[in-house]
Amino acid sequence: MTDLLALDIGWGTTLGIKTLVVLGLVPMGALILGYTFLLKMMSHMQSRLGPMDPGGFHGWYQLVGDGIKFLQKEDIMPERADRRVFALAPAIVVLSTFLVFVVIPAGPRIKVADLDVGVFYALAVSSLSVIGVLMAGWASANKYALLGGLRAAAQLIAYELPLVLAVVGVVVQAGTMNLNEIVVFQRDAEIFGWGGIGFPLILTQFIGFALFMVATQAELTQPPFDMPVAESELVAGYMVEYTGFRFLFFFIGEFGTAFAFSGLAATLFLGGWAVPGVEGTAADVLGPIVLFAKVMFVAFLMFWARFTYPRLREDQLQALAWKWLIPIALVNILATGVLKVAF
Amino acid sequence: MTTTPPRDIPEFDVDPTLYRHLADTQMNVELDTGDMILNIGPQHPATHGTLRLVVRLDGERVVAADPIIGYMHRGYEKLVEFRTYPQITTLINRIDWLSSFANEVPFIAAAERLMEIEAPPRAQWIRTTLTELSRIATFLLFLGEMGLQVGAITPAFYGFRDREYVLNLIEAVTGGRFHPNFNRIGGIKEDLPWGWIADCKQAMAKVLESCDTFEDLVVGNPIFEQRTRSIGIIPASVGASYGVSGSNLRASGVDWDLRRDGKPYLPYHELDWKVWTHPDGDSFARYWVRLQETRESARMVLQLVDGLPSGPIMAKVPRIIKVPAGEAWINTENPLGEMGYYVVSKGATGPFRVKIRSASFSNVSILPWVLRGVFVPDVITILASLYFILGDIDR
Repeated sequence: MTDLLALDIGWGTTLGIKTLVVLGLVPMGALILGYTFLLKMMSHMQSRLGPMDPGGFHGWYQLVGDGIKFLQKEDIMPERADRRVFALAPAIVVLSTFLVFVVIPAGPRIKVADLDVGVFYALAVSSLSVIGVLMAGWASANKYALLGGLRAAAQLIAYELPLVLAVVGVVVQAGTMNLNEIVVFQRDAEIFGWGGIGFPLILTQFIGFALFMVATQAELTQPPFDMPVAESELVAGYMVEYTGFRFLFFFIGEFGTAFAFSGLAATLFLGGWAVPGVEGTAADVLGPIVLFAKVMFVAFLMFWARFTYPRLREDQLQALAWKWLIPIALVNILATGVLKVAF
Repeated sequence: MTTTPPRDIPEFDVDPTLYRHLADTQMNVELDTGDMILNIGPQHPATHGTLRLVVRLDGERVVAADPIIGYMHRGYEKLVEFRTYPQITTLINRIDWLSSFANEVPFIAAAERLMEIEAPPRAQWIRTTLTELSRIATFLLFLGEMGLQVGAITPAFYGFRDREYVLNLIEAVTGGRFHPNFNRIGGIKEDLPWGWIADCKQAMAKVLESCDTFEDLVVGNPIFEQRTRSIGIIPASVGASYGVSGSNLRASGVDWDLRRDGKPYLPYHELDWKVWTHPDGDSFARYWVRLQETRESARMVLQLVDGLPSGPIMAKVPRIIKVPAGEAWINTENPLGEMGYYVVSKGATGPFRVKIRSASFSNVSILPWVLRGVFVPDVITILASLYFILGDIDR
């Protein structure tokens, strides 16, 4: 069998394929997470059915139908809105999601970009969405949106720090910021001489993993940290004036980012695509499947918390970030460094 | 966190029409450190109905809050003057629509007192059972709804699901899920259907189980505690001076329940039950007290159906009801608080004047006091914990 990935199909074509893959992944991921967790798991937790009719099998078509509905809706823009900023905001939110997907490897050679500072890049572009959210809140000319936007900005800035610090432990242990090399490290390392499952870094970085998950929840503005959208108080926060296609963008951004962050967590802490003992083309075939399973597991944890907890207040959230998460993360980094030198 | 504001705040007796005007016109998106006026309602998910709150904000802190009511005024006090006594229960069903059976009781009791007739014991016991069932239905909704307002979606569905068991019971007896229109002067319309008591016991077991779930899921949740403990404290004296009643006042430590302390209107003294209070007076206390009262009501219903006396369900009343001239005031402990009917009769087939004292009206009147200095998210939890029904405010 010819190794497809080794074919030289030219620089332009490769770039085109990669762009299409990334463009397709975000809505795809959003749909999968939306269907599995928002429609099915949530309904199950709340002892109700959820949509069952559209599409025949357990209402799988519901979200696609919702998407089509959004496309048909009237595009309403408030009269006092800052028109250009208002229109640009959802695009920036989705853009940051697209950019994160670029660096997550799905196999030894299935990767869009192999950056040496992959971790740094992913965390940096993921916080671009703050700008979009703030723009949306500001440009809507709505007080609820303004409150939501400002809350989002304060929250995302506060949680960027624990998010980055939680990952530092992984980087220290693996000795690289390249996501693919972190995965390779986890595949090749051994647990006291036994390499059966490789060495998923969650075994030593469990504190980092917990911090990462909490901070991710805040990044995604999901309960218990969903104050920027807080439907019972701010109605929909920064999204309140958005309709139709633009709202759909925010929706895709929300679930696509959840997918991207699950991918990051799976790559950094759970071993990513690595299947110990499998090399070459087989790893390229198995890799995406393994990664997807891990992503779904991490996403399950995220959405489980989302549908269980009530919402914190903004000041309580800041206290949690600055008084607990950041000190714990710093201690974790210190301990990792000491142990790394000792062993 | 106390309700003490951070700095000197202007007195709230500035003309409220000014706020109303500003809230409608001002679109304040400039970088302005001045106070922002936020208009919550009349269409807002947290006001479950058409309450409107105009809130002056300094950042996210409330400087002053002004509830504007009347968007749902239906003029029941006037309407009942043009109806006959048996027709009126249809109208007053719609005042507190979540526990409409409990609404009928005080009015019927007032009419019965004026006519000097008394419903037979069986009718009274069935009335008590249904009143307590409607209390359970109302509180189960509250227990879920409060979770929703604090940000957890799941409890709301549990509340709705478990309320359905109780509504089915009410429907089986009266034929109506929300508006039973079941009380008659001198008794009730029909007897209990066959097999109802067994169903009722089963449903009460489910209600008790559901209370345990809420205790685990909501009361035991650290985030819920953080969001409600020492938020919106109403001291007993302040609450009493604003006319706050019912569970809201009991949550401030006032041991006062009209079912026990008021003039007897239903045979509560024959049951073994307890009045729950909580010393704190915050949102958490209000949730906790209602949770305990739901349990207590379920236990009362179990006692009621066990000790149900036999006999007729209607006293002897004339075919055309004419109430002798006179005045009667009956106040009862409804799910939302003290509900009273002051009925003035001039001897005709309908009342001359009826004054309705509804609990929610007084309960929301404390909002300007209690909302000072809290944060916007706490406005919502306090509103939810006071638990008002719009129909009960505006009548």
